[in-house]
Amino acid sequence: MSSGVEANLIRMANQIAANLAAQGEAAAVAETAAHITRYWDPRMRAAILAADAAGLSPIARAAIASLPR
Amino acid sequence: MSYEPQPDFGTPAVREGAPVTLTIDGRQVTVPEGTSVMRAAAEIGGAIPKLCATDTVAAYGSCRMCLVEIEGQRGTPASCTTPVRPGMVVQTQTPRLEKLRRGVMELYISDHPLDCLTCSANNDCELQDTAAQVGLRDVRYGYAGANHLDAPVDASNPYFDFDPAKCIVCSRCVRACEEVQGTFALTIEGRGFDAKVSAGLASDTFLGSECVSCGACVAACPTATLNEKAVKDIGKPERAVITTCAYCGVGCTFRAELRGQQLVRMVPWKDGKANRGHSCVKGRFAWGYAHHADRITRPMIREQITDPWREVSWDEAISFTAARLAAIKAQHGARALGGITSSRCTNEEAFLVQKLVRGGFGSNNVDTCARVCHSPTGYGLAKTFGTSAGTQDFDSVEDSDVVLIIGANPTDGHPVFASRLKKRLRQGARLIVIDPRRIDMVRSPHVQADYHLPLQPGTNVAILTAMAHVIVTEGLADEVFVRERCDWDEYQDWARFVSDPRHSPETLEPVTRVPAADLRGAARLFATGGNGAIYYGLGVTEHSQGSSTVLAIANLAMATGNIGRRGVGVNPLRGQNNVQGACDMGSFPHELAGYRHISDAATRAQFEAEWGTALDPEPGLRIPNMLDAAVDGTFKALYIQGEDILQSDPNTHHVAAGLAAMDCVIVHDLFLNETANYAHVFLPGSTFLEKTGTFTNAERRVQMVRRVMDPANGYEDWEVTQLLAKAMGLGWSYTHASQIMDEIARLTPSFAGISHARLEAEGGLQWPVNDAAPQGSPIMHVDGFVRGKGKFVVTEYIPTDERTGPRYPLLLTTGRILSQYNVGAQTRRTANSVWHEEDLLEIHPLDAENRGLQSGDWVRLASRAGETTLRALVTDRVAPGVVYTTFHHPDTQANVVTTDNSDWATNCPEYKVTAVQVSASNGPSEWQQGYAAQSRLARRVEAAE
Repeated sequence: MSSGVEANLIRMANQIAANLAAQGEAAAVAETAAHITRYWDPRMRAAILAADAAGLSPIARAAIASLPR
Repeated sequence: MSYEPQPDFGTPAVREGAPVTLTIDGRQVTVPEGTSVMRAAAEIGGAIPKLCATDTVAAYGSCRMCLVEIEGQRGTPASCTTPVRPGMVVQTQTPRLEKLRRGVMELYISDHPLDCLTCSANNDCELQDTAAQVGLRDVRYGYAGANHLDAPVDASNPYFDFDPAKCIVCSRCVRACEEVQGTFALTIEGRGFDAKVSAGLASDTFLGSECVSCGACVAACPTATLNEKAVKDIGKPERAVITTCAYCGVGCTFRAELRGQQLVRMVPWKDGKANRGHSCVKGRFAWGYAHHADRITRPMIREQITDPWREVSWDEAISFTAARLAAIKAQHGARALGGITSSRCTNEEAFLVQKLVRGGFGSNNVDTCARVCHSPTGYGLAKTFGTSAGTQDFDSVEDSDVVLIIGANPTDGHPVFASRLKKRLRQGARLIVIDPRRIDMVRSPHVQADYHLPLQPGTNVAILTAMAHVIVTEGLADEVFVRERCDWDEYQDWARFVSDPRHSPETLEPVTRVPAADLRGAARLFATGGNGAIYYGLGVTEHSQGSSTVLAIANLAMATGNIGRRGVGVNPLRGQNNVQGACDMGSFPHELAGYRHISDAATRAQFEAEWGTALDPEPGLRIPNMLDAAVDGTFKALYIQGEDILQSDPNTHHVAAGLAAMDCVIVHDLFLNETANYAHVFLPGSTFLEKTGTFTNAERRVQMVRRVMDPANGYEDWEVTQLLAKAMGLGWSYTHASQIMDEIARLTPSFAGISHARLEAEGGLQWPVNDAAPQGSPIMHVDGFVRGKGKFVVTEYIPTDERTGPRYPLLLTTGRILSQYNVGAQTRRTANSVWHEEDLLEIHPLDAENRGLQSGDWVRLASRAGETTLRALVTDRVAPGVVYTTFHHPDTQANVVTTDNSDWATNCPEYKVTAVQVSASNGPSEWQQGYAAQSRLARRVEAAE
């Protein structure tokens, strides 16, 4: 996975989390994880699971952490 | 069907009215109150002679040809302007009437050329017919007196001529321009004998006037005064086929009128349920691309994209493609392959492409061009209402009291709907326009928006939340509707959110740049003005918060109770003819036909049983993800039907890199488009005139597309997909497109009641069509939302990452123009280019002055993604700080400049907000020069041996 693709996935995850944040943290984490599961291809999910989580927002990080490995 | 003119009842139908029974020529007829005597007679087959009357415009009563006698009434009233009365006894043919009509006819003919045999309207002319009808045998006045016979022809319009010598000044063209089109470009100049039809000032030609070439005047003309050039060149049509237009999402129905296999003209069908007999310059006239010299009709292949193309047989092309796909699948796995369905192709064709990808390639890597336009609509409306589609039919606008247009430019993008909307506005409906540009709907003849909110691009969510703030805090919400129809707890959460002072128009004014007082006025009008309808377009969806904006629109409609009846609703104006249908057909990587998620085992089992193969339960890649994966080396092959992603998708450099990284790109299209520069296989496509199937328009109406002529390439597009499927070992055996629709109906609950046979018998039907709605569903969510309770979703405004700054101080937004369509592959190959030869950059006079620019100057348009050059058009239609261009021409390629920012939920590109700098330039950019050279090389075709 190239760094450009990884950075793009992190940006996408942060965007999803930011737009769902108004629902409250717990709901936003669950909704972000559900959104990624529902719409992302398995290789994208695997890539973000393997990515450095430092660039993820707290909600996105918690959502990614909850994805099945 | 053989050639018969469309019936003309003389005056428009009356929609509602108490039944009135009268007697005409001894026969009883019952019609709605308000109907004219002329129409009542026509309803029972009585053809009262007429010249100035036609059923597309209101009665005028000027020609004195339709006179009748009515028992108990003095004189001979005009039947077109005389409404029926109960018990009325009418005579349409008496010696007195015959004499009167013949006398009037003599006057007309005394100033009309007697060249019927060589006239283009010979045998298709109402003047000629009426002269025969009244038994004209002689003209007592002679022809030597003052006349108009030497008046010069205006041939300036590329599609029709205006020959004033043949004009009888019936005003049908003027009235059609006013009443049907709403442009008011034509007028009657002069008085009495000097009266003549004029396109504005006496010095104006049709081409130089405000005429938009919709063709309404040509259709209304009873003589050869306004006549298609094609009729002059080819002759009178001899047969007609009803079919559906392949341009925008309005879905106009046309009569394709032909001589043999030669198309003579496309005439809007009066019974068309979407267009009600109207048309625009594209559907009416811009069909010449179908036989343009650039059309490729033989398959071509090449080993590498640096090789020249080699023309081959269909057998060789298909086996080459199948072998290459099989090799890639064997080496890299099924998920390395994918496909793109086309919103320009039929439902049946889109369905087959996704079936090939899922059932043949073995992946869910299928996407469609809705990704880059209305994917947020699907997401947002499914979330809030439960259905990924608009809620109304187009007729609904006739009952609207307040119309809110946001991020749409109907007069250019959806012109036939715009005409219907303008008609309603002329009747008194109110209008709110939310758009960074002063689009034509803001102010045009007899239309003036009550509010134009020229927001800063990228602030849609802030604007809509501020409107909601006003509605909730001022107690204007329809809480009765909300309590009954929506989730009350979610509403209360949302109401608390929007009521926060940080969402007030005053607080947000520095962000939106919309005066708070205007925004408050618009919100109050929408909430209190009666039936409120929202129409929106890509100015809503193509943002980083496109989905949030759709959610906010749905919130606004629910909060004001504007859902579930005529005159209201949420109406996405779909860009392409079959965007709705392509989405319905399972073209997205995460869902099967009917918007059911691929992970749902029960749904998957239905498809697996029908197709006899196991399906991948995981969602596939979207178009931008496919390109990322290609650059990353995990995605290798792409079958693209009817789509030019290199020109239409954002960040051209990235698209090119993705395509170049693949081992097999298959382009299935009419022309060697820009994407084909990176293709290994070119499969010739067929036009909408050459195929059978269905399109689904923006109002969910499934309509027949009928084969008008044989495919120039030998196959309809679904047949080509089937050839490829068979070569890959799939046992498909469709012999007609109707069998594909039958399969769609078996697998898709909302299409359960649809078949070609039924569409042929009943005309277009609006889905869902099933046991619960056997006649279809013109209005959605009538008794309740499809999802149960309507869902309010909190939408926080989050500014885009795309920011202006010292290097890129202006915001670019992109759009389209009336005469061109999308990437222009079709319209650039027609005479429509006379109105738009190149993409122009609109820039405000202040910004232009700061840069020393004038209209016509070459300018360099640069963003963080890339740069191009084009000519400037200085205009205050755009606000200071905002520039605008179109993306119709590959020489410009506006998408070199747009970025890969996208909607958070769907990855729909953020075309509408790009930070740019504009500066003087002296010609094409380095990229443009390089691309032109590469494009020439990539299009080489090896000489046949």
